[in-house]
Amino acid sequence: MKKFISLLLICTLAKTAVFSQSDKYVKAMEDKLAQVEKTGSADGWKDLANGFERIADVEKSQWLPYYYAALSRVMGGYMLGNGQAGGFADKTDPEADKADELISKALSLSGENSEIWCIRKMIATLRMSADPMNRWQTYGPAAAEALQKAKQMDPANPRVYLLEGQDKFYTPEQFGGSKSEAKALFEEALKKFESFKPATPIHPTWGASQAKYFLGQIQ
Amino acid sequence: MSKWILVLAMALVTGMLKAQVTISGKVLDQKNKAVSGVSVGLRDSYDGATSDSLGNFRFTTSERGKKILEASSIGFRAFELELDIQGSNIQQDIILREEISELKAVVISAGTFEASDRKKATVLNPIDIVTTASGNGDVTGALKSLPGAQQVGESEGLFVRGGTAQETRTYIDGTLVNNFFYSSVPNIAQRGRFSPFIFKGTIFSTGGYSALYGQALSSALILESIDIPEQTSANIGVTMLSLSAGYQHVAKNKQSSFGLNYGYTDLTLAFAIIKQRQEYQQVPVYHNADANFRIRTSKTGILKYYGTFSTNELSFFQPSIDTPGYKSGFGISNLNTYHNLSWRENLGKKWKMHAGISYTYNKDKIRSGLYTMDKEPVVVDGLAFRNFYQERLGNYANAKLVLERRLAGLTMIRVGGEYNYSDDRSDYTTWNGIVFPFQAKEHIKAAFAETDIYVTNDLAAKIGGRYEHSSLLNRQSIAPRLSLAYKTGKNGQASVAYGVFYQNPDIRYLTGSADFNFAKATHYIAQYQRVTSLQTFRAEVFYKKYDDLIKTKFNGALEAASGTDGYGDAKGFEFFWRDKQTIKNLDYWISYSYLDTKRDFLNFPSVTQPNFATRHTASLVLKKFVTKLKMNINGAYNFATGRPYYYIMFNPQSGKNEFVDKGQTIDYHNLSFSLNYLPSIGKKDAKMFAVYVLSVSNVFNFYQEYGYEYSYNGYRKQAIVPPSRVFVFLGAFLSFGVDRTDDAINNNL
Repeated sequence: MKKFISLLLICTLAKTAVFSQSDKYVKAMEDKLAQVEKTGSADGWKDLANGFERIADVEKSQWLPYYYAALSRVMGGYMLGNGQAGGFADKTDPEADKADELISKALSLSGENSEIWCIRKMIATLRMSADPMNRWQTYGPAAAEALQKAKQMDPANPRVYLLEGQDKFYTPEQFGGSKSEAKALFEEALKKFESFKPATPIHPTWGASQAKYFLGQIQ
Repeated sequence: MSKWILVLAMALVTGMLKAQVTISGKVLDQKNKAVSGVSVGLRDSYDGATSDSLGNFRFTTSERGKKILEASSIGFRAFELELDIQGSNIQQDIILREEISELKAVVISAGTFEASDRKKATVLNPIDIVTTASGNGDVTGALKSLPGAQQVGESEGLFVRGGTAQETRTYIDGTLVNNFFYSSVPNIAQRGRFSPFIFKGTIFSTGGYSALYGQALSSALILESIDIPEQTSANIGVTMLSLSAGYQHVAKNKQSSFGLNYGYTDLTLAFAIIKQRQEYQQVPVYHNADANFRIRTSKTGILKYYGTFSTNELSFFQPSIDTPGYKSGFGISNLNTYHNLSWRENLGKKWKMHAGISYTYNKDKIRSGLYTMDKEPVVVDGLAFRNFYQERLGNYANAKLVLERRLAGLTMIRVGGEYNYSDDRSDYTTWNGIVFPFQAKEHIKAAFAETDIYVTNDLAAKIGGRYEHSSLLNRQSIAPRLSLAYKTGKNGQASVAYGVFYQNPDIRYLTGSADFNFAKATHYIAQYQRVTSLQTFRAEVFYKKYDDLIKTKFNGALEAASGTDGYGDAKGFEFFWRDKQTIKNLDYWISYSYLDTKRDFLNFPSVTQPNFATRHTASLVLKKFVTKLKMNINGAYNFATGRPYYYIMFNPQSGKNEFVDKGQTIDYHNLSFSLNYLPSIGKKDAKMFAVYVLSVSNVFNFYQEYGYEYSYNGYRKQAIVPPSRVFVFLGAFLSFGVDRTDDAINNNL
C-alpha cells in the first residue's frame, strides 16, 4: 500500500511537473501578451523583448517567443525614431539587427509563415525610416516584397492590411500615400480581425486596437 | 504515520518552492556608468528583468541552488555569473564589458572623407556625390566642395593640399586607374570618364592613407563599384549634350547580372546656344560604350567586371597670343579602353581575399600650331616651335592581391602585393618633320602589410608599411604609415596620422639618363571630429613636407628632367560642418580650407607658391527636397582667393631660369544651381520613371579667372577664363521596368 501510494504520488508529481512546465509557458506568455496591447514606450518594448527572449531561450523549440521578441524589438525601434524624418539609424539599426536575428530563429523553428513575413516587413520599414533619403531604394522594395509574401501565405491575416494601411497613412501623397486608401485598408483589417481565429490563445492576435487608432486619426 | 510524514514533507517542499527570493542590483559599464535596457535573468528560467534608466534591476525567483545569472545587451559582451540561491535575497551588481563593434568603435578618420552606404554614419552619402550642384555630375566635382581640394578650373583633377593633380591617384575596386579623366586640353578642364552612378562607395583621402595604396603623393580617391543591382531595367537619356541607352539584366535568383550601355555626346547644340570663347572646327564628340557583369561566387564572394571603350575628338582655334593676326589651333583625338576585373571572397571564417586586375589602353593624337586668319596652317619665323604633332600611346596594367585576417573583434591584419606595369610612348614631330621618339617602360612591384588594432572601442591604431621597387628608376622605397584614433566622448573623436608617400616623377620628363629618385611626401595630420547622424563637425590641421621633387630644364626642343632635388612644404587647417537638423528639410554643408604652400619644382627659379594653390577656399552646399513639387533643389557657392601666376624664362646671361612677370588672379566666385523633377516618384505601379534635370553653373555670371597665359617672349599676357561664363544643362532620363529614378538623377546633375 505504502509502495502504491508512493508510486501514485511520484506519478502525480511527475505529471504535474510536465503539465506545469507547459502551463507555466502558456501562463508566462499570456502575462507578457497582456502587456503587448498596453505598451507604449521604447523602454516598455525593450523590457518585453527581453522577457520574450528569456522565455524563448528556455523553451528553445517554440517559435512564438522569438516572434514576439522580434516584434517587441521592432516596435521599440519605431518608438526610438518617433516624430523624426530619418537621422536615427545609429539608434535603430542595432535594434533592427537584433530583430532580424530573433525572427531568423523563429523562422528556423516554425518555417515560413505570414506572421514572420509581417515582422520582416516591419524591420525593413524601420531601417528605411531611419534614413529615408538614402535607403528608400533598398528597403522600400524589400518591405513591399515582404508584405506581398505575407499576403500570399495568408490572405486572411489582418495584420497584413494593417501594415499596408500604415504605409499608405505615413507616406506623403506625392510618394503614393493616401489617407483614403489607408482608411479602406484599416477597415479591411478590422473586418479580418473579427473573423481571425488564432491557432492557440498565444498565437498573434495583436493589431485591432492599432487599426482603430489609425481610423480615429483619419476621421 | 509514514504517509503523513510524506504529505508533510511534500507540503514543506512545495512551500519552499513557492517562497520567492529577490535578486537585485545595478548594471554598470567599465566606466562605472549605469546601463539601461539590459536583460538580466537566470539561465534556463523565465525569471528576469530589464535594467531601468539608473541601471537598477530587480526580479524574484523560486529557483534554488546553483544558478547562472546572465546579462545581455546590444553592444556589450554577454555576462554570466554563478549564484548560489538559498533562502535569502541576493544583491549582485553587474559590470558589462563593451563589445568592440563597428557601430561603436572609433573610426580611423584622419584625412579621410567617406561616402558609402555602410551603416555607420558617414560624412557623405553616395547620392551626395551626384546631388552637389557644383559637381556637374562628375565624380570629382562634388569632392571639390570638401576641405582640402582647390578650385582649379583650367585643368582636370584634384589638387589636394598644395599638391598637383598628378599627386592624386584614383583606384577602382582596389586597382590603380590610369587616364581617369579625358585627355587634357589646354585651359579647359576635362570630365572624368566614369559615371558616378557605377560607384556605391567613395573614399576621398586628403592624406595619411593606408599602406594598401601607393604611387600617390598627396591624395587617394578610392572608388568601389556597385554589386548586383536590384532588378532588370532599361534606360534612355536625352539631354542637350547627349543621347544614351542601356540595359541591365539581373538573373531571377539575383546571383548574377550583366549590363551594356552606350552613349553619344555631341556638343554642337550646346555650343550653338552657349557661346564658347574657342572657335571650334570640330566640336567635341564622344562615343562611350561600357559593359559589366557581376557574379556571386559564394554567399560572400563576388566577381565583378567593368569595361569601357571610348573615343572622342575636338579641335578649335583662338587668337594667337604670340603674334597678332594669326590663330592658334589645337586638336586632339583619343581612343581609350579600360577593363577591370575584381574578385572578393571569404576564405574560411577568418580570412578574406580581395584580388583585382585592370588594364588600360590609351591613344592620343594631338595637333597644335599657328594658322592664318583663313585657318591655313602656317610656320611663322621664330614661332616654328608652336607647330607640332604628337602621338601618345599608353599601355597600363595593374594587379593587386590583399589578404585580410581577422584576429579578435575588429583587430585584423592585411598583407598583399601589387604589380604595376606601364608602357608610355610618344612620337613628337616638329614643324620640319623631325621626330623625337620617346618610350618608357616601368615595372613597379610593391608589397604591403598593415594591421588595425582595436584596444577598446575608444582606442584604435592602424600601423602599416609599404615596400616598392621601380625598375625604371632602379630604386626601392619603404614607406611607413601610422594612424591613431581616440574616442573623446559619445560622438567626438580625435585622430592623428603620419605617413611617408612615394611617387614616380612624371614619366614624360624622364628622357635623360640621370639618376632620379622617387618624389617623397611626409604627412602629419591631426583631426577632431564630432558626428551625430544629423550633424558633422570636423577640424583638421596638417603639415606636409615634399622632398625629391622633379626639376626640369629646357634641352633645346623639350623640357626634360634635370634631377629630383626639388622640395617644398604645405601646411594649413580645414573645417567642415554639415547640418541636416537646424533647418527643417534643409541639408547644408560649409567647408573652409587654409593653405600655405611653397615649392621648388619643374622649372621654378626658386621656392614659390605654385599657381594651382591659393590660401583660402570655402564652399557652401545646399540641398533641399520639396515633397509637394517632387523636386530636388540644390545650390552651391564656391569661393577661393586669387592664385599666383607667373612667367618663367631662361636667361642665357645668368644661365638660370627667372621669373619675368608675376601677379595674382582676382578672387574666384561661383554659384551653381540644379533642379531635379521626379514626376513619377511614388507612383507604385508606374512602368516608366522619368527624371528631368536642369542645372546652371555660374548663375550670376561672375567673371572668373583661372590664371594667365603668356606669349613666348613674355611680353603679352591674357587671363585664362572658362570657355563660357554660364553653362546650362537640360536633360530627361527615362527608365523602364523598375524604379531607377535615382540612377537617372545621378547620371547627370
